Amino acid sequence: MNASRRIMPFPFRSTTLALMAAVSLASASQALAEEGPIKVGILHSLSGTMAISESTLKDTVEMLIAQQNEQGGLLGRQLEAVVVDPASNWPLFAERARELLEQHQVDVVFGNWTSVSRKAVLPVFEELNGLLFYPVQYEGEESSENVFYTGAAPNQQAIPAVDYLINEMGIERFALLGTDYVYPRTTNRILEAYLKEEHGVADDDIMINYTPFGHSDWQNIVAEVRRFGSEGKPTAVVSTINGDANVPFYRELGNQGVDAGDIPVIAFSVGEQELTGVDTAPLVGHLAAWNYFMSVDTDANYDFIDAWIEWTGDEEAVTNDPMEAHYIGFNMWAEAVRKAGTTDPDAIKDAIIGVVVPNLSGSYAAMMPNHHITKPVLIGEIQDNGQFDIVWQTPSTVAGDAWSDYLPGSRDLMADWQAPMRCGNFNVATGRCGGSTAAEEAEAALAE
Amino acid sequence: MRYPPMLGPATAGARAGTDAAEDERTSQSRGSWLLALALSLVLVLGLSITTPAAAQEAAPNDDVAAMTLLEALDVDSFPAKGDAIDAIVHSDDPRARDWLQALLDGRLQRAGDGRFVVVLDNTGRDWPVQDALSGEPLGQMSRRELDRIGINNALRNQLRSAIAVVDLYAADVGLRRASAERLLGEVDGDLAGPLAEVIEEEPDARVRGRLVQALAIYRLEQGELEAIDDLQGSLHSRVRVALNRATNGDDPIVADAAREALNGIEQMLKVNRAAETLYFGLSLGSVLVLAAIGLAITFGVMGVINMAHGELIMLGAYTTWAMQQLLPGQPGLALILAIPAGFMVAALAGIAIERGVIQFLKGRPLETLLATFGISLILQQLVRTGISPLNRTVITPEWMSGSIAVNDALSLTLNRMYVLGFALVVFAALMLIMRRTRLGLEVRAVTQNRAMARSMGIRATRVDILTFALGSGVAGLAGVALSQLTNVGPNLGQNYIIDSFMVVVFGGVGNLWGTLVAGLSLGVINQVLEPWAGAVMAKIIVLVFIILFIQKRPRGLFPQKGRAAEG
Repeated sequence: MNASRRIMPFPFRSTTLALMAAVSLASASQALAEEGPIKVGILHSLSGTMAISESTLKDTVEMLIAQQNEQGGLLGRQLEAVVVDPASNWPLFAERARELLEQHQVDVVFGNWTSVSRKAVLPVFEELNGLLFYPVQYEGEESSENVFYTGAAPNQQAIPAVDYLINEMGIERFALLGTDYVYPRTTNRILEAYLKEEHGVADDDIMINYTPFGHSDWQNIVAEVRRFGSEGKPTAVVSTINGDANVPFYRELGNQGVDAGDIPVIAFSVGEQELTGVDTAPLVGHLAAWNYFMSVDTDANYDFIDAWIEWTGDEEAVTNDPMEAHYIGFNMWAEAVRKAGTTDPDAIKDAIIGVVVPNLSGSYAAMMPNHHITKPVLIGEIQDNGQFDIVWQTPSTVAGDAWSDYLPGSRDLMADWQAPMRCGNFNVATGRCGGSTAAEEAEAALAE
Repeated sequence: MRYPPMLGPATAGARAGTDAAEDERTSQSRGSWLLALALSLVLVLGLSITTPAAAQEAAPNDDVAAMTLLEALDVDSFPAKGDAIDAIVHSDDPRARDWLQALLDGRLQRAGDGRFVVVLDNTGRDWPVQDALSGEPLGQMSRRELDRIGINNALRNQLRSAIAVVDLYAADVGLRRASAERLLGEVDGDLAGPLAEVIEEEPDARVRGRLVQALAIYRLEQGELEAIDDLQGSLHSRVRVALNRATNGDDPIVADAAREALNGIEQMLKVNRAAETLYFGLSLGSVLVLAAIGLAITFGVMGVINMAHGELIMLGAYTTWAMQQLLPGQPGLALILAIPAGFMVAALAGIAIERGVIQFLKGRPLETLLATFGISLILQQLVRTGISPLNRTVITPEWMSGSIAVNDALSLTLNRMYVLGFALVVFAALMLIMRRTRLGLEVRAVTQNRAMARSMGIRATRVDILTFALGSGVAGLAGVALSQLTNVGPNLGQNYIIDSFMVVVFGGVGNLWGTLVAGLSLGVINQVLEPWAGAVMAKIIVLVFIILFIQKRPRGLFPQKGRAAEG
């Protein structure tokens, strides 16, 4: 309903036309309206608490844009980055998103890290019909027509990770440690249900603990985990501890002598970048589950790393999973633009579903109808040089599932943004779109 | 290279080789050793793995056999790698110990030309390597040319156990100790026999004690009642696991004895746990004291609400980082030098803040609060744009890592112990300055009655500057200490500013003793609450407690007395 104002003067450029041969359209669109550079919005915090994680993503998108321009841009036009700083302030994210879409008239936005900030900009993107590529692993339970989720859904990270712990390492007890906010709480709810239903893990063998943001005193919790793990059953820690708090956590693990051989920790939010602040020698063997590691042994990855090091001018610069997600998302968007012959959001939304681009780990990522992508799941062990050694990976890629099968409210839901369904929360049981209030229920439960 | 120095190929390798040969069939058998045997036969070595003497003569030159052993490692499947490790353990090659260690450290890699190399330093993009077979240095190789022989946790455990078995016979007592620790709970039927002999000959009492326990766990698994006597009173978690298992065993007599032993152990554990919580509390408290004590001077004594206090702490932490950058390879020395440097940097920043802003806002607390809050944001963003928004790595020196084991259940982490000591030293030094020096006297005089002090000839402005510099410098010291505990990043200060104010207000404004007592007691209360309330709740409860306390006693634990307090 909220078709972009910008295509109004040219109503004839419909979706069907967009799907025609790209060459003729490229010249047509150039001749017609869309002159000047294609604008790419970047909505990542450059100041405040999240700058630590998000500022490198801004640089990544800028690098990708520069690379694309070297190859002649898109549709014969150059790309131009429009950078704004939402300053780790969630309401400001919405304002900046509006600024990008209304004032700068950007064609696409790459941005956000925390789920809170994504929830804040969601109504803006839906209202103004913008396109957002969201590059971070998240808790699922969402599918918007205007958002493309290039990070992992829980079934692309958390579930395969505990499967690995159980099947490959024989783990029987789980300590779920997390930071106290929406992503860890939802993920842990899914994991708890999954462990109990699918693997018959007893209540006593699951310990759940939440800590505030930036928690720095881990003595007691690590001691508790040590006790939890010394009762005879093989124990692992599943960590959704976020950002900064990881450094003192791992330091405490090292100091209290919790060895990966005794109690391995598998983390979903610890990547190469988080480990740059840590001496990893005592952490060797602890695990992380991602869809990409810097240590992936492919030429595409080495090229990416070299380009990144050259771009940042820092020999020590590291790459991480959300950067790869932007790499995939950017290439998918570029491919869709080429396919559609235009940057019009509605045309892109149709064109991008089914687009397949190579990822950095040697396989391919495909955009699914639910706006999630296919990803391989990799388990890596921390090495003493701050890198991960990949010890296991799924035999093929896994398609992202927007609605978890292990939560009562979302089990029956599915998302499909292709015609004729075009629905982000179709209830299979009732056969209606928006048939469940699962998302609201889930949020209400979390708010408690 | 991460070899302990005594593990050079010449010394430990040779010894490990002979001992491994003697011990080989006993260590890692279970079916896979058949494979090892088969492998050895295929190699047409013409020597039997059962005769160590023959092995010694032939092995060093036999690179073909060695190559085959290593090649078996270069497979994708981890179980196959496990078999290959067994084969190496069962080989007579004197370099086996080194290979296993290199493999354990992830430094055994394969070059593009098929040679196996040991990476000496895997930082950066080009790594110095040496040939795994000959030990010759091969110069630098790019990581693109090298394929690492990856291992996982299961293999890592297997390697550690294999190395531990070899090290049982090592000449170095440290190695034997580590080996004995490792073997606790890992003894199987094959190892039990040789282990009994080793215990007989072991000169070191600690190693012997551990090995006796290790063997006792195995004996207990075999249903031997007497084994429990050897395990009595041990606080080690592996012993508890073994006893726990025994309580569910078939033999009721053994199960009862195990239960009784466990009860005794549980009693001792309770005491240990209480001691541990107290230590955790004191250590958290010492962090609070350190963070707050600078504020106790600027806010408590001078009455300046300095919201940039946290950022002064951050400056101290960044000074530590900068010192470590200036003195690469000497993190310990850099840390010690960072103590005066951190003090100076933060003190100078403090003087700048005082001269630049605060002096103009004297007696206007609200404006001071807002202005210093602005300064704190400016300082944060300066660090973000000037240095990096990313956290900086501050290395913990060797002598501060790890922990001291009081007994098997209680170990005190060293870095926190140093911080606790440091906090007390800083506190004592501050007390001395305030009580015993001219400056302290003047500070007290100026804060009690500014006009009177001035009329006595005290230059109040100079005292203001020095006091603020002192408080700021102490914040810098806190930063140096915190760099060893938490992240060094632009947000470091924000995490401590609220806690600092809380401690100062709770302790009683203007009273250093109050800050010390308040900091330590809040730390202990927090750590006592945490296990049953959770970290989030514990924090809330402490805050509510302080609010209620302040309602009852608005001046804190140790209120200032006398006319000055009514001021």
